[in-house]
Amino acid sequence: MLLITCPCCGVSGEETEFAPGGEAHLKRFGPGSEEGEFAGYLFYRKNPKGPHFERWRHAYGCGKWFHVARDTVTLEIFGAYKATETAPPQEILDRIAARGKA
Amino acid sequence: MTAHRLPSGGLLIDRARPVEFRFNGKPVKGFAGDTLAAALLASGRTLMGRSFKYHRPRGVVAAGVEEPNALMCVGEGPRATPNQRATMVEIAPGMSARSQNHWPSLEWDVGAVNAAIASVAPVFSAGFYYKTFLFPRIAWKHLYEPVIRQSAGLGPAPEGVDPDEYEHLHAFADVLVIGAGMAGLAAARAAAEAGARVIVAEQGPRAGGRLLSESDIEIGGMPGADWAAGEAAALAAMPNVTLLTRCQGAGLYDHGYALLDEEPKEGPSRRLWRVRAKRIVIATGAIERPLAFANNDLPGVMLAGAVRDYLALWAVAPGREIVVFANNDDAYRTALAAHLAGLTVKAVIDCRAEAAGALPEAARAAGIAVRTGMIVAKAKGGKALKSVLVAKRAADGRVAGALEEIGCDVLAMSGGWSPAVHLFSHCGGKLRWDEAQAMFRPAPERGAPTGADGEVNTFVAGAANGLLSTAEGLADALAAGARAASDLGFSAVAAEAPSATEPGMTPLQPLWFTPSVGKYAHGTKHFLDFQNDVTAADVELAAREGYESIEHAKRYTTLGMATDQGKLSNINGLATLANALAAPIPEVGTTTFRPPWTPLSLGSIAGRDAGTLFKPVRRTPMHDWHEANGADWEPVGEWRRPFTYRRAGESREASVAREVRAVREAAGMLDASTLGKLLVTGPDAGRFLDLLYTNMMSTLKPGACRYGLMCNENGFLFDDGVVARLPNGDFLCHTTTGGAERVHGWMEEWLQTEWPELKVHVANLTEQFTQIAVAGPKAREILQPLTGMDLSASALPFMGIAEGEMAGIPVRLFRISFSGELSYEIAAPAHRGRALWDAIREAGAGQGIQPYGTEALHVLRAEKGFIMIGDETDGTVTPQDLGLSWAVSKKKADFIGKRAQERPFLSHPERERLVGLETLEPGKRLPDGAYAVADPAAKTPEVIGRVTSSYLSPTLGRAIALGLVKRGPERMGEVISFPLEKGEVMQARIVDPVFYDKEGARQNV
Repeated sequence: MLLITCPCCGVSGEETEFAPGGEAHLKRFGPGSEEGEFAGYLFYRKNPKGPHFERWRHAYGCGKWFHVARDTVTLEIFGAYKATETAPPQEILDRIAARGKA
Repeated sequence: MTAHRLPSGGLLIDRARPVEFRFNGKPVKGFAGDTLAAALLASGRTLMGRSFKYHRPRGVVAAGVEEPNALMCVGEGPRATPNQRATMVEIAPGMSARSQNHWPSLEWDVGAVNAAIASVAPVFSAGFYYKTFLFPRIAWKHLYEPVIRQSAGLGPAPEGVDPDEYEHLHAFADVLVIGAGMAGLAAARAAAEAGARVIVAEQGPRAGGRLLSESDIEIGGMPGADWAAGEAAALAAMPNVTLLTRCQGAGLYDHGYALLDEEPKEGPSRRLWRVRAKRIVIATGAIERPLAFANNDLPGVMLAGAVRDYLALWAVAPGREIVVFANNDDAYRTALAAHLAGLTVKAVIDCRAEAAGALPEAARAAGIAVRTGMIVAKAKGGKALKSVLVAKRAADGRVAGALEEIGCDVLAMSGGWSPAVHLFSHCGGKLRWDEAQAMFRPAPERGAPTGADGEVNTFVAGAANGLLSTAEGLADALAAGARAASDLGFSAVAAEAPSATEPGMTPLQPLWFTPSVGKYAHGTKHFLDFQNDVTAADVELAAREGYESIEHAKRYTTLGMATDQGKLSNINGLATLANALAAPIPEVGTTTFRPPWTPLSLGSIAGRDAGTLFKPVRRTPMHDWHEANGADWEPVGEWRRPFTYRRAGESREASVAREVRAVREAAGMLDASTLGKLLVTGPDAGRFLDLLYTNMMSTLKPGACRYGLMCNENGFLFDDGVVARLPNGDFLCHTTTGGAERVHGWMEEWLQTEWPELKVHVANLTEQFTQIAVAGPKAREILQPLTGMDLSASALPFMGIAEGEMAGIPVRLFRISFSGELSYEIAAPAHRGRALWDAIREAGAGQGIQPYGTEALHVLRAEKGFIMIGDETDGTVTPQDLGLSWAVSKKKADFIGKRAQERPFLSHPERERLVGLETLEPGKRLPDGAYAVADPAAKTPEVIGRVTSSYLSPTLGRAIALGLVKRGPERMGEVISFPLEKGEVMQARIVDPVFYDKEGARQNV
């Protein structure tokens, strides 16, 4: 069971206190978009073996959505950042690079 | 004193406290501290169970958690707990235990005939379950299933509600140490001395591990058992240490999460510790390996270490005449201990050509016959071991020369020791093969469990780490404890390991399989996995049939599956597979060990989350009134809603019909408090709701309501409800009862992640307001006297909102209808709900108002063709499919689901669309979910639709249904077929889904 720290309220909690929300940083394609773009937004996901940027919600806490950088193999959590950030902060990318996984 | 209880000794028993219990209904005497197995052995009983597949007689093999055979049902009635290891259950006065897996009795078992059959036709051979499924279905149903049901499975599940208490305890530790043998004690002491908060969990009743049974180990100048007692006492006295006994480390999980399963002496029946530890030291010791020779499962064949345990811990002699069969020096300890206890040691059969270590020499000096270069080819006996056939071992491993028979009632076997790496493996720890010691041992350099920060957080120490010698294990454990503490910033004192002495050991010789004389498939079984009845021949058969991966062979043969988790079987099994494949063992690899280490009772997992605490029930303010007035409860989400209010002697159907008629003819009142109520405020609320709903909400005037639909990005409908624009301009979004939290979460998700720039605030007010629907032609005349508000059609038209007081209670009125009748939904602060309910009920009593439940609500809405989320929708249905295109905006540039609804297949003409269905026999109701087919006589009929709602309509006096049918609206008047069970076909005519009051005259009054 993962230990996750919410970047919004600062609480560290059990995985069961949070709800996962899949891959982060997807771009929404709405009316007028190409079939391929829309299918990519709706269906295609990276599912990497290694570092992954994903959405979580502090469902039984402050209720906020946020982003987590997590290694899907070792389960290491490189860091968490706010949902309004459209790309992972450099500090987290550096941490991933330090593990030789950039 | 029985013949099997030694006159003195027994570290764990208290001879001053005799304990009487019952086994299979007969009284048995033992001492406090005895395990069931020890007490039964002491009473002279060796037969303790029947095996899983073949129902072969089985006795106890081990003395600890690895016991595969002596599984018993302990307790009676609802307290009965099946599959308890007799080696772990401590006896208590009045306890009752039963052996399992036999019929009619343990001594005479019909299922044992399987064994006889198996020698002719291998019906239970490897892959039995898979192969059986290939047989014709008829054979499965009439032949295999009854036989399997009768004979398979371990103990029966107890019946009735478990009256025992179970609890969960959340705990945090700097360092969690699992196992309190020598290594666990040393690691815990090192970490605790450094100042870390330490939890130590020991599965046995006493700390010390193997030190308690070995008489030739000295630590710090004192006998090992005394050293262990001193260490345990020192730890127990430290304020930063929690030392738990009778507490197994059940499983290790991500980021330092561990489950410990305690059977406390006092308090609840079981206590499940849910521990978060920053560092974990696994000190779980090692498990002795059996040897695979013919009939190695006869009662009396035991692990050598277990024989020592019974002698030392409980002063029980498992037999009087002992033969030891081994490939290592350690087993000679058993010969010496048995000799010292006054038993006859007939011989030590050692497969090695030479045995010149300290222990073999000591055995020879004690006058014990040491026979090197020999093996046990076969064990003989019926329900108990009578003798063994021994022979010379040829260079190729086969039996050479004449067989010699040695009479004995116990064979103590040892194939060496395997580190108990299970917990390390639970959470990703990797292993490596140690050729010299013939064992898999932890290889943290290849992978070890890590914490959230990615740092290694779990260490293995002592014998579990592959260090079987006392001195090495002790030093390793002290280092592991110190490392765990210093990792966390505690300044660990580099404690010097106390001196440790024990007899020197010479290397073992791997012995994975001992051939018998004949072909071993014929009547002589070499068991690898006693618990699952898997033999060496099964594993070889699996290899021949192509199951070359150990993971496949495991599943095909069931080797090491289920509760055993490979404790005894693992290494022998994969070595046998490696041999069959002519591959080295490390290439074959090992299977993955899964939690739990030993089975957890379901009660432990549930803890207090049982009965009413399993899931909290949400109650509306009128709940108690419903309860007192005949409500048949229906769970809806966490709520309980009255399905109908039955009167004395009334059937459910009659009750529902009466409620429906009351609404159509006079008035009904419904507790609608469970409907979701989400307040959406802020300058961008209208814009936001335009994106969320398929129709336009921003244009809604204050004081008016609009029915709205919500789709997901796939374009499928997932919730509906009335949106009310309050007089102050805020939006109050009603959702389905079950959807309130989901829709609230949905709104938050989009606001927080996609449109954070929108200035919108959402509050879930579901429980703040009660809501009562009053529906029926007399609704207005009932309510008007209760309020000063003008309820006339001109002052409060259909879809209008009014705010004021009713019966002195502040209320908000919505003139909305889910029944098609004149209808008001009245919202009030939740705490006034019951008062409002009573006031309306009293006011309407003269006009015949009746409370109605959810089923009448459903019938009423179906008569009107109103859809119900979850009935007409299943996550694959669009608003357009349901004829709700009028509620999907064509003007809006965007809303969630709009892009998807432009996809070709969602506007395909062949899609199933909503229709009404009238059965040709008006009194017969279509079953919910029935499929419509194009031609019921076709060999594989084409499905053209399905029933989504079906009721007997009291209003229309006939059966009605809603359904989704391909091109449905274009097929009005067509009769379609619904094949049911047993060849019956029902027919129904496609009609307009609005069955009653098509023009809506009744609600516009």
